[in-house]
Amino acid sequence: MPEIKVVDARGSFCPGPLMELIKGIRQESVGTILEVWSSDRGSAKDIPEWVLKAGHAVVENREDEGFFKIQVQKMR
Amino acid sequence: MTRIVLLGGGAGGSMVSNQLARQLKPEILHGDVEITVINESDQHVYQPYFLYMAFDQAVPADAHRPERSVLNRQVKLIVGHAERIDRSANKVLMGDGQEVPYDYLVIATGSVPDPDSIPGLSEGGQTFYTEAGALKLRDALRDFQGGRIVVTVGVPHKCPVAPLEFTLMVHDWLKAHDLGDKSEVVYTYPIGRLHSLEPVAEWANQVFPQRGIQSQTFFNVETVDPHQKTLTSLEGETLAYDLLVAIPPHKGQDLIGRSELGDAGNWVPTDRHTLQMQGADNIYVLGDATNLPISKAGSTAHFEADVVAANISNRVHGGNGSLRYDGKVFCFIETGNDQATYIKFDYQHPPQPQAPSELIHLYKLAFNKMYWLSAAGIL
Ligand SMILES: Cc1cc2nc3c(=O)[nH]c(=O)nc-3n(C[C@H](O)[C@H](O)[C@H](O)COP(=O)(O)OP(=O)(O)OC[C@H]3O[C@@H](n4cnc5c(N)ncnc54)[C@H](O)[C@@H]3O)c2cc1C
Repeated sequence: MPEIKVVDARGSFCPGPLMELIKGIRQESVGTILEVWSSDRGSAKDIPEWVLKAGHAVVENREDEGFFKIQVQKMR
Repeated sequence: MTRIVLLGGGAGGSMVSNQLARQLKPEILHGDVEITVINESDQHVYQPYFLYMAFDQAVPADAHRPERSVLNRQVKLIVGHAERIDRSANKVLMGDGQEVPYDYLVIATGSVPDPDSIPGLSEGGQTFYTEAGALKLRDALRDFQGGRIVVTVGVPHKCPVAPLEFTLMVHDWLKAHDLGDKSEVVYTYPIGRLHSLEPVAEWANQVFPQRGIQSQTFFNVETVDPHQKTLTSLEGETLAYDLLVAIPPHKGQDLIGRSELGDAGNWVPTDRHTLQMQGADNIYVLGDATNLPISKAGSTAHFEADVVAANISNRVHGGNGSLRYDGKVFCFIETGNDQATYIKFDYQHPPQPQAPSELIHLYKLAFNKMYWLSAAGIL
């Protein structure tokens, strides 16, 4: 099982959860799973939208303890 | 004696040291506390002026002051390159071999644009995110005969509003130089809207079409071909340019990597409320150097400086240093046409829109001058 790196982007309005994910994807190696924590409902939609465009994979997308946890694997 | 060392004498390091010098004045005069700032250069550089330098509205001398003149007299200054932080020995090791021991360390080393992380960008693109880059761009604009200017934004980057400000200002600049009819401006942004702050994105959505500025969202530049003059995003889009202005992805300082204190991008893992380095009781981090999901801006460093200084001086006085940072950020935004607006938010409160006005623009210009009071810990 690859390592899971948590990106705690709760309460982040700028840069926001998606940009925090992009930062993580850019700096980590292929295969890494990033788990973005977001308090913004919009993330559950706009993160998967970008992940698809950028050729990575959503591993899991769930609401837990009042916030969203979206796992993304870096594929390339 | 308690030794407090501030690594980095930019916006955050200068503010914390000057606030501490005031809060701990009796202890410093008594020889019980020593405050030392380590900074690479003997000059303090006010980076927001780089934006104006690109349009020949400011020159380097406007943005420079001797670091010594910014610091309180009670603060010691070491000018030099810090090579490594030795956490187990509580020392900063300088490039010239000097060792600077600390009881409290404040890391305020900032962030740097990393154009080399995008193949072809250094050769094919311009940037106003460094002083040398801003001057080069100023000359490129002077020689520009018309064509397509592409402004592309990488992740992460400091000052989240500067790319938008530059786009609006370059559009004004083209008109003023009679190049408006022969040119187009294209702005690209990494996520699915024009700015991470929703009210700013909505505002740009109205203003861009009115001014004829084109845009492309979900665009993260992956490569630049300086010969073909094209840039390609990792989402698979290719754009042609005549002049490419990039806000390159940033990274933390190499020193953080060498000291093994950071993540893969050299950002220091930081507690979002206490601003202590995670797992370290006597190391605080502020400004651009943290891994926090907040805007990398001078104003962020300012609000964080209040917390770091108060907690360190409280601990020197025997307290627990319990003040918490609430994620507060405040930014002025130049909107072109001699108007500006501002926006503020924190971890709990989303940003609220404000209508742009000429008055706010004038206030922002005045603020650029007032910065020096703020760095001095007075404002
Ligand atoms: C074009 C532009 C426009 C901007 N506009 C705005 C704006 O309008 N509003 C706003 O709030 N912010 C703005 N910013 C952002 C702002 O300048 C930064 O966020 C702010 O300076 C961060 O402060 P800091 O203390 O973290 O780092 P810095 O101010 O960058 O200071 C870091 C210091 O650490 C020193 N240092 C680093 N490594 C070492 C080492 N190894 N040894 C010794 N010294 C070292 C550096 O020399 C530097 O002096 C702008 C930035 C740019 C580039």
